[in-house]
Amino acid sequence: MCGIVGLFLKQESLEPTLGEWLEPMLVAMADRGPDSAGFAIYHDPAPDGALKLTLYHPDAGFDWEAVAEGLGTEFAGNVELHVRVTHAVIVINATEAEARAWLRRHCPDVRITSVGAAIEIYKEKGLPDDVAESYAIRHMTGSHALAHTRMATESAVTTEHSHPFSTGRDLCLVHNGSLSNHNRLRSELERHGMTFQTDNDSEVAAGYLTHRMAEGASLEEALESSLDDLDGFFTFAIGTRDGFAVLRDGIACKPAVLAETDQWVAMASEYRSIAHLPGASTAQIWEPAPATVYAWSRN
Amino acid sequence: MITVDLNGVDIRELNQRLHDLNGDDGRSPWRIVGPDGRHSIAVGLNAPLSVVVEGHVGYYCAGMNKLADITVNGHAGPGLAENMMSGTVRVTGNASQGAGASAHGGLLVIEGDASSRCGISLKGGNVVVGGSVGHMSAFMAQAGRLVVCGDAGVGLGDSIYEAELYVAGSVAGLGADCVEKDVTDDHRSRLAELLRQAAIDADAGAFRRYGSARTLYNFHVDHAGAY
Repeated sequence: MCGIVGLFLKQESLEPTLGEWLEPMLVAMADRGPDSAGFAIYHDPAPDGALKLTLYHPDAGFDWEAVAEGLGTEFAGNVELHVRVTHAVIVINATEAEARAWLRRHCPDVRITSVGAAIEIYKEKGLPDDVAESYAIRHMTGSHALAHTRMATESAVTTEHSHPFSTGRDLCLVHNGSLSNHNRLRSELERHGMTFQTDNDSEVAAGYLTHRMAEGASLEEALESSLDDLDGFFTFAIGTRDGFAVLRDGIACKPAVLAETDQWVAMASEYRSIAHLPGASTAQIWEPAPATVYAWSRN
Repeated sequence: MITVDLNGVDIRELNQRLHDLNGDDGRSPWRIVGPDGRHSIAVGLNAPLSVVVEGHVGYYCAGMNKLADITVNGHAGPGLAENMMSGTVRVTGNASQGAGASAHGGLLVIEGDASSRCGISLKGGNVVVGGSVGHMSAFMAQAGRLVVCGDAGVGLGDSIYEAELYVAGSVAGLGADCVEKDVTDDHRSRLAELLRQAAIDADAGAFRRYGSARTLYNFHVDHAGAY
């Protein structure tokens, strides 16, 4: 069992409230997933040509200044650095390939949790309430966010195994369910040159979407084909640069509820996560149908 | 009227107060506010109480109900009125998966839509849905009636025993061993009476009836010797 939530704000004027509304959504799902928690938040896009990376190192005292300095020397120009607990957001003028190569060479212990212009992904082992508190989610701002609380069934309880998983630039995935064919699918994707950080089944789903989109599929097409290629149970929420998408497998035994008002669209495993949002009691509320892609974006 | 606000009273305390009335024959009205999707509201009642919940409820609301008359003015999460024995449960909005599962008796009315697996393993209760139901509804239903005023999803009545299914709209697909059956005047009048009880405004003449073809393994007398 896991809990997933997503919140998409329809109006720019509401962006300062994103974290304040998201934190109780995440905390309400703590008893569906007390092992670990994570969230992806979209805000403050990097300027054109710049790249925003979220990096993770298990040591909270890790010297991120040195990393920023090294990157600054290598890729001439300003490097922005924001450290949050065990994560750091770095904005640099480099390509993704250049940044990955530099990090692999100079700090191989650092993991990249997200890459893009607006996305930031933070995740941590431990009670969701504690994760929400230590990252002060309520003070965060942005256009939309996804979050996940994990009760592990398929792989170990570590920060690396936690969600969200990056599925490409400004894309991420949170998953409630379990996949049966992830080992075979992982091998197939590895033959196509993909690499995986863990043995987690949801990371394979994320890798699958990344691979399909690299082949030219749209997000919607990649999700449609996942219905044929992924064997197992899933409710997915997928964060995109401008919004988010929701998909349940054809059996649809993993719960999901959607709610929409003039101000926001929310998705959650249970209505408890949505109840506190302003206007929730009179929102349009429905259960997403099986094997049907739902998507929202500002554009 | 007794009003309980769940923003200050926890579910165990609420349910204990309701259980303390078991065996009570008075119809004291209860009003529960602030449900906010909480689970297990008004579960295990065993007295002819009238309970109204104002707002959306989470999992397992009104489970194992006996005698009580429970109304939810809102939507309901998974497992609504599971294993109901008697009484009435009404939801003015929609219900999630497994509504009325395994109900032995009583009447469940969902004025909106019900999701997948509505009335699975029904054992004698009546479920009336004003809207549509999702896939695998009435799976292995043994007795009782599922009445759907809208459409039914795929796999309706899969591996059904003796329950009766009525659908006014379209059926996306019948499950294994579930077939359409004739509707007699007797079926029609009993259905009209059930719709009247459920206070659902629908024409009994508009429904088609589905039930078991009795061709699965367990229906063949030839297999009796295996036991």
